[in-house]
Amino acid sequence: MSRLGHVSPGLRSRAARAMAVRAGQGRFVLQVCAGCSVATYPPRDRCPQCWGELRWADQPHTAVLLAETTVRATTDNFYREHLPWRIGTVQLDAGPTAVAHLHSDVAVGDQVRMRLVLDRGGNPAMFALPLKETPHMQDDPQLRVFTSAPKHRRVLVTDGRTKLGQEVAYALLEAGASTVFLGNSDRLLRYDGEDQIASTPHVDVVPLDLTDNRSVSELGGLLGGRVDIIVNTAGYVRPGGVSVGSRLATLQTAMDVNASGLMRLAQAFCPAMGARSDDGVNSASAFVDINFVYAMTGNAGFAGFSASAAARQSLIAGLRGEMTSVGIRVASVLCGPIDDEWHQAVPLPKVAPSRIAKAVVQALQDGLEEAYVGDIAEDLAKRWRQDPLLTMREENL
Amino acid sequence: MSNSGSLCMQMVAALVSGKLKCVDLTNTLSPDFPVIVLPAEFGQCAPFRVETLSRYDENGPAWYWNNITMNEHTGTHFDAPAHWVTGKDLPDNTVDAVPVSDFVAPAVVVDISAEAGADADFVLTRAYLEDWEARNGKIPTRHWVALRTDWYKRVGTPDYLNFKKDGAHSPGPDAGAMEFLVHERDCIGLAVETVGTDAGQASHFNPPLPAHSILHGNGRYGLQCLTNLDKLPTFGAMIVAAPLKIEGGSGSPLRVFALFDAE
Amino acid sequence: MNRRPVAYDGVAVCCPVTVPYVRYSPETAHWWAGAALSALAGRTGLGPADIDGFCFASFSSGPDTVVGMIQHLGLSPSWMDHIPTGGASGVMAMRRAARAVQSRDAEIVVCLAADTNHVDSFRQTLAGFSRFSQDAMYPYGFGGPNATFALITDNYMRTYGIGRESFAKLCVAQRANALSNPHALMKHPLSFEQYMTSRVISDPVHLLDCVMPCAGAEAFIVTTEEKAESLGLPAASIMATIERHNAFPEDPVQVRGGWARDVDTLWNAAGCGPEDMDTIQFYDDYPVIVAMQMEDLGFCRKGEVAGFIDRHDFTVSGSMPLNTNGGQLSAGQAGAAGGFQNVTEALRQVLHSPLGAQVPDARRVLVSGFGLVNYDRGVCTGAAVLEGVN
Repeated sequence: MSRLGHVSPGLRSRAARAMAVRAGQGRFVLQVCAGCSVATYPPRDRCPQCWGELRWADQPHTAVLLAETTVRATTDNFYREHLPWRIGTVQLDAGPTAVAHLHSDVAVGDQVRMRLVLDRGGNPAMFALPLKETPHMQDDPQLRVFTSAPKHRRVLVTDGRTKLGQEVAYALLEAGASTVFLGNSDRLLRYDGEDQIASTPHVDVVPLDLTDNRSVSELGGLLGGRVDIIVNTAGYVRPGGVSVGSRLATLQTAMDVNASGLMRLAQAFCPAMGARSDDGVNSASAFVDINFVYAMTGNAGFAGFSASAAARQSLIAGLRGEMTSVGIRVASVLCGPIDDEWHQAVPLPKVAPSRIAKAVVQALQDGLEEAYVGDIAEDLAKRWRQDPLLTMREENL
Repeated sequence: MSNSGSLCMQMVAALVSGKLKCVDLTNTLSPDFPVIVLPAEFGQCAPFRVETLSRYDENGPAWYWNNITMNEHTGTHFDAPAHWVTGKDLPDNTVDAVPVSDFVAPAVVVDISAEAGADADFVLTRAYLEDWEARNGKIPTRHWVALRTDWYKRVGTPDYLNFKKDGAHSPGPDAGAMEFLVHERDCIGLAVETVGTDAGQASHFNPPLPAHSILHGNGRYGLQCLTNLDKLPTFGAMIVAAPLKIEGGSGSPLRVFALFDAE
Repeated sequence: MNRRPVAYDGVAVCCPVTVPYVRYSPETAHWWAGAALSALAGRTGLGPADIDGFCFASFSSGPDTVVGMIQHLGLSPSWMDHIPTGGASGVMAMRRAARAVQSRDAEIVVCLAADTNHVDSFRQTLAGFSRFSQDAMYPYGFGGPNATFALITDNYMRTYGIGRESFAKLCVAQRANALSNPHALMKHPLSFEQYMTSRVISDPVHLLDCVMPCAGAEAFIVTTEEKAESLGLPAASIMATIERHNAFPEDPVQVRGGWARDVDTLWNAAGCGPEDMDTIQFYDDYPVIVAMQMEDLGFCRKGEVAGFIDRHDFTVSGSMPLNTNGGQLSAGQAGAAGGFQNVTEALRQVLHSPLGAQVPDARRVLVSGFGLVNYDRGVCTGAAVLEGVN
């Protein structure tokens, strides 16, 4: 019988939630006082040295393990299933000490490499790794609780008709995925790359059209209990403005594929995934959505499409909230213009599908919630963090 | 007073007794029924989609109903003259204005299934039709000209749209055939089993897309995605094809059936 | 800052009351508090109108604080306080009550701790214990205080080269002491072997390093010497007290408590030293903390506790009678009342009215408190030297 999808204890302060946001971006942060520059931990609301205001800042990743214990008894349902569980006290090079989860290859006295990870409930957690890569480091059972490494997992890639979907499938197999179910929205129409897909072992082409309720729910019924990771590569992009140079029908189709399609997918698969989130090594673990960074700002050349991307991003935020309570990581991989036929008129740089595929695997292995791929996306994210409204204005001129 | 002698009552009696046969010429509207695919830069025909509102559940405990979406030209459908630029200025050229009497009309079945089976790009010409008339008799006026290709038997397979690298491949008429049927035989319209009245490669014809162009430019209609044309007699069938009354509509999905004498 | 504290002249501490512990109770903290007051009334004849000071500690009275409790129990005090410091609450309550009496804010202060223990209380208390615990400790395996003290113990053992056999001696002695206490939850002798081989809970903490959560209540009265005498209550006097919170935050792992900072103040005010104590009543949530107190309160130097333990006998009849009622390790930990039971036992020993065995000629006692593992260490510490009348 599979374990129920318990998640680790979820009650957290607002400051801890803010830390979670950064953890989801793969950053190792602590709060630093704006007044005295001292770093502090656990998350606080004021500096304990001078009572100044605190800001999140990236910190050195290194620490020394001072003490350890192996927890062998607990009253918590989640950890009961994961005992024994090793934790330790680390002296962070950044200053404070912290209690951290321990990789099995670290021992007291060791210098360790710290990572700020998200637990199954989407909360921030300190994890101490060996300073240098050790054999099969990613396979550590405690580490795997926090990541969604594709290794040994079965993955549904929603649209395999595109170069993007195909590259994602290959990258997942490369990372050790046991099976990739690759969606094909129209089995009557041939597509580029079909022959190579057909001849690749461990790829199972499945009928899936995100605009068709029946197609999605039928596949959900068939695979819902077997899919450990979903990567939504489906997307519909067309150029156009708001008042000129656009068709309402393309906006509607974009909404149907990008927003409604995501909802259909979530409804058909996520409840079953949630029930299997704590189901051993091959537990259901993540929902990755590949979306466009213009979801955050809009974009002058692709107004309707950006609107659908924004809707999609908003649904992802909602889904993330729902899935944290059942232990499924929801991640957004945000990219700029892809090097495909719909961005022929867009100047370089454009991001290659293979690059996005690599980012998807990385996000899964690191257990991220948010990743930006390519120069355009990274640049936009940087500007957006500094001044969201200015970035919106710039993107729509 | 009994009215059993009326023509309508006689027809109903014939239907009940089985003397009149009724055959469904309609494909089932389903999400996976293919729609015409245009080059990607054009607006695309929406496929049929169903979203259930309630099915005896919390959204409607005692009732089941769906929201459906589709194009006017999805599934088995009717083309009104306004569908084509050649028919844009004709009077009564939209589905809501087409005279209701045109929704019931006789049909003549031209069987090109052997030719189409041998050559997916088979083109129906005036010469072919003249030869056909020599063998079967003259095509009567104000008839649906129903092209039997047996294409409906390919529904559900890639061979229905029959897309290759250079586009779709399916049979259809050339301009000469259409001029002949419209001007010299005064047809009501062209009724086909393929996804369009024109051949798959008809955009390369001269003039392009002659069926659409000539039919609609002369106030005639199209019926597409039909089934079961092989069940009809060559002469003597009557087709009922009444599109939805969409305001200003260019066409409409519809239920099409044929009546004909059983003997 | 090193001003010498005012002496506790004229203050009497008396009438220790213990409501016998049970492992699980369906009753509430209010019920247990009422039971303690009822026991006090039986001993003193005092009623609600006679009590003008009330100092309260509990983990399980929620949502009520002392405010809800005084209305619930019909008190109308001119002074009250709520002490949320768990294991440090007994010493702190006595300290505050003494000053209230000295300053005449109140004349008869009842200090009372009561906690119930429902079947699921422990988990619930943990889950909502503190913000730092929620954010940065419990999500790490959810071992509760056992895991926190395992880290402290692991580091302490490595740093000072102390072994589990030293802790064994403390636990075995306390169990021997508990056997004479009719209220103690542990009723069987404990051997060194049993201690050493008990189940590992969170390395290096084993089952017999852990207290058993239970329900219970403790109370005592702080008043004037005159009032105690008029009520016919034998009383002890307070020689000195200290209190310190969040001391040594710079220590990466806790190796000392706040006592280390104030130990000289304590003995200077008391006018005596550790060697003058007839018995010690140390807060004993884990044996490592007992060992730490021996160092931090001046019984031996830091790092030398193993030798100190080796040299002494901690049973009631031994050279250093420790936790003579069995302590929490053998009598049970009744929530915040666990921070009161060492005070009531200290009083009983110097008043010669023990629940179990009496330390012969006990006159002076050191009692200490340690409480609130807000995150990675105990934050609150306190200690008091009491002296009996004879």
